[in-house]
Amino acid sequence: MSGLLLGAVAYDPKVVTIWDGFRVWLRGEGLDFDYILYSNYERQVEDLVAGRIGVAWNSPLAWVRARRLADAAGVPLTPVTMRDTDCDLRSVVVVRADSPARSLGDLRGRVVATGAVDSPQATLLPLSLLLTAGVHPVTEASADTGAGAEAVAGAVVRVRRFDIGVGLHGDHIGGERDAARALFAADADDRVDAACMIDSNLLLFAREGILPSGAVRVLAQTPPYDHCTMTAGPGASEYDAARFGELLLGMDYADPALRTLLDLEGLKQWRPPRLSGYAQLERAVDECGFYDAKGQIGAGDYRP
Amino acid sequence: MRATTGLDDLGFDQGAHLLIARALAGLRPGDQLTVTGRNPALRVHLAAWCRERGHRLADVGGSDSNGSAVIIKGAADEQRWARARRAGRPDGPPEVRADPRWGLAARGALVEEGGPPIGAQWSEREHVWADIAPKLYAAAAASQWDPATAVDWSAAGTTALPDEVERAVVQVMTYLVENEQAALIIPARLLSQLHPHYREVMQLLASQAADEARHVEVFTRRGMLSGGPLGTSSAGGRASLQTLLREPDFTTAGFLLSVLGEGTFVDLLRFLHRHAPDPVTADVTRLALRDEARHVAFGVAHTAHAVQADPSYLSTLRQAVERRHAVLLDTAGLNAEVFDALVLLAAGSWEPAAIGRGWQAVHELQQQMDEGRRRRLAVIGFPDDEADELSALHTRNFM
Repeated sequence: MSGLLLGAVAYDPKVVTIWDGFRVWLRGEGLDFDYILYSNYERQVEDLVAGRIGVAWNSPLAWVRARRLADAAGVPLTPVTMRDTDCDLRSVVVVRADSPARSLGDLRGRVVATGAVDSPQATLLPLSLLLTAGVHPVTEASADTGAGAEAVAGAVVRVRRFDIGVGLHGDHIGGERDAARALFAADADDRVDAACMIDSNLLLFAREGILPSGAVRVLAQTPPYDHCTMTAGPGASEYDAARFGELLLGMDYADPALRTLLDLEGLKQWRPPRLSGYAQLERAVDECGFYDAKGQIGAGDYRP
Repeated sequence: MRATTGLDDLGFDQGAHLLIARALAGLRPGDQLTVTGRNPALRVHLAAWCRERGHRLADVGGSDSNGSAVIIKGAADEQRWARARRAGRPDGPPEVRADPRWGLAARGALVEEGGPPIGAQWSEREHVWADIAPKLYAAAAASQWDPATAVDWSAAGTTALPDEVERAVVQVMTYLVENEQAALIIPARLLSQLHPHYREVMQLLASQAADEARHVEVFTRRGMLSGGPLGTSSAGGRASLQTLLREPDFTTAGFLLSVLGEGTFVDLLRFLHRHAPDPVTADVTRLALRDEARHVAFGVAHTAHAVQADPSYLSTLRQAVERRHAVLLDTAGLNAEVFDALVLLAAGSWEPAAIGRGWQAVHELQQQMDEGRRRRLAVIGFPDDEADELSALHTRNFM
């Protein structure tokens, strides 16, 4: 089939509404456009690099892997656009307000809750932040085995991961929400000393009452980083990719038909892409060996 | 333009965004707002909040140490409301056409574009409105009564009626219940297809359905009061009522139900009240009569309004009466047992002279019903001769 085929990950039923709506609008603007949904980012990225889809709506982690796979295969990738809300995000490590911890170093020997194994914002980036502070994260499962147990005695923090929506790169916030809840678990065995989340979910969980007013303190935050990015691969013609980018950038929030879709997708306007905001995540991926330099999955306990 | 707002110790987990949104409301896109505060998480919260709302934080890489941050206002709020329009005026009169895109918005609300259109079938004023609707709704709201207390149910025990008179009452109550059920379903059905812009009509139809629900209750309760079985339901009576349920047009359905049917019922209820052999029957018919008179008033006023807007509507209404008459031509009309029960109730005893008086009273009732229908048809705009003709075509089942 001709035209531009986009891949998106179905992390929520609204993804169908969003891309059905965008498809109608894009076709109305003369672009021969269709989309295909994936159950996880890994397959989407592999198809992007193999040219089976033209563009991929990539998570930041998917971008990191796509870049590595494409470099290894000698295939060009072209960033197309990103959302205004994809720029300059931060992740935070929060503790209960009365926690004795004053710095990340104080979490040594404590339990930190994170999101899913593949969540950049609630797992990979905060764990990298801990590492930068000289605190080595060790998952609870491995901390209880021989080698891990030895390390626990040293400068480590035990990581309790909430693996919900694995393969969705943290788009499903269930794991992050459970990590926040674990800060206030009634049973002492379930309670954690710190939890990791993205800044916007810190606000959201406060609104939801999961984090009671005044009950948490931000212990540390990452430097700003960027989130999703639209990427064109060898399956898209240069013309189609450029036209697609132009049309997205031209979407007007004042247009009521588009505004509903833009609200669902969580943006006010599309922005030209930038690749400067992924260095932190590249480093985090290397630190834990999530992907190797050629984009192959290295995380042993990752099953999307 | 630059502005400043101070949050003191207030955090975003305690409602700080209200103060910021209030300060931003007075600014234009591109203007700057300096936010000061002492909450340690202010900057991290502020950055996330600004991103969600389409504002920018100047110096995104800045630290929390200086206790202030500068927001550059985005255009999203202005864009969202740029094409918003008011859904008419709150106190009316309602618009000639109700825009489907107003959906469920309150009349007079500022409506953001882009919501789902409401699939209401009735969205033109002349098809649903009557100027008296607001007053009638106010009267309906003020006249609601509680079946548990408005009727002195204990009075039943003090009056033991002869068996046959009690059976006549039970038969009439059984008949009334099926009529009231039809009269409940019709406004409820019309209501579900009415654009809520015509708020007072919506409220009036809702109260009408609630009235009928109470009538169903009190007539059922009176029917069961003596502990015997209920009376009969005739096929012809039900056939007559079901033709009302099928009428698709708002004005025609209201005309057939309220002007002709309930109008006729007002006379019937008055008759039953006058000849009630016990206080409970007198109470329930009196209470229902009061409600029905309101339903008739709206039916007549709306139909007259529709005819005034489009005089050719008279022929549509005429055809509806003729069509219904043709459909019911081969049915028995009024349940014979209901007719006989009315005679007995008016007679008050089995004395031949009393039965003769009862028969005469029911005959006079039918004449009153006919006169009432002709009078209402004339108010709507039918010439006298047509009113006579159409009244005669009305169903023998009364409703």
